[in-house]
Amino acid sequence: MRITCPLCGPRDRREFYYYGSEDYLTRPEGEDWDAIDAHLHLRNNPAGRVRDLWYHDMGCTSWLVVTRDTVTHEVFGAALVADGGVSISAKMKSKGGAA
Amino acid sequence: MADLIAKTPLWGQGAVVSGGVTLAEVDLGQVTSVAPFVGQEKTLAAALKPLVFPAPNMVSAKGAARLVWTGRGQAFLIGAVPDGLDGLAALTDQSDGWAGVSLTGAGAVDVLARLIPLDLRDMAVGACARTSLGHMAVVLIRVKDGFELLVFRSMARTAWHELEVAMKMRAARLAC
Ligand SMILES: [Zn+2]
Repeated sequence: MRITCPLCGPRDRREFYYYGSEDYLTRPEGEDWDAIDAHLHLRNNPAGRVRDLWYHDMGCTSWLVVTRDTVTHEVFGAALVADGGVSISAKMKSKGGAA
Repeated sequence: MADLIAKTPLWGQGAVVSGGVTLAEVDLGQVTSVAPFVGQEKTLAAALKPLVFPAPNMVSAKGAARLVWTGRGQAFLIGAVPDGLDGLAALTDQSDGWAGVSLTGAGAVDVLARLIPLDLRDMAVGACARTSLGHMAVVLIRVKDGFELLVFRSMARTAWHELEVAMKMRAARLAC
């Protein structure tokens, strides 16, 4: 499996550390504990396209949002979280691109 | 006052030659991390001349001075003193944190193929990469006759060992 880091280029999977769903980027405001509990612990487990956080720890040390398919293992692309991975993600969601 | 003698990370380790490839320690001298402050890019560009702040995976060089890309918004200034950069970039002295080695000769790329998960055959002189050497993080720089590798100083001897073993295994294969 390879991930194309927006800065470093195509790299082997062993250079990256997997964190989890991009949901971690959208922390609930305030003290809605149910929402915070859901944010921390509740995840969908889709068979198909997912958007996850990966860390390029053996490369440029950037956090990435990687879009990939859990069924075919195809990797569709990666974006820098610092470049607005959140807004890119929101756009994708509005287009129905991400589960 | 005592006159302290500086030791290099590999303590003056002599070069090793195997299969036409030479592994040698590189004394990096002063290494400074340069991370430009937001909004200071133009002023910084003027202050850095004749160097330029490098694009990802690139090295800007002039004489002995090099500015090596090491991450998003960060480059290492090697072989030069960061004069005139105060207030334009976050400057961190990294000199004691890194060990430098060079791997030169026609077979250097084949040695690194055993340790680095990148296809280095077409890597151009003046390019660099942050990647892994076995389990170690490395800053890899393509130079005229081969490669220079920067590893954390605490891993200097491990990196040397891994490279030397890879060189000797390759040489043994060539002799078969
Ligand atoms: Zn990267």
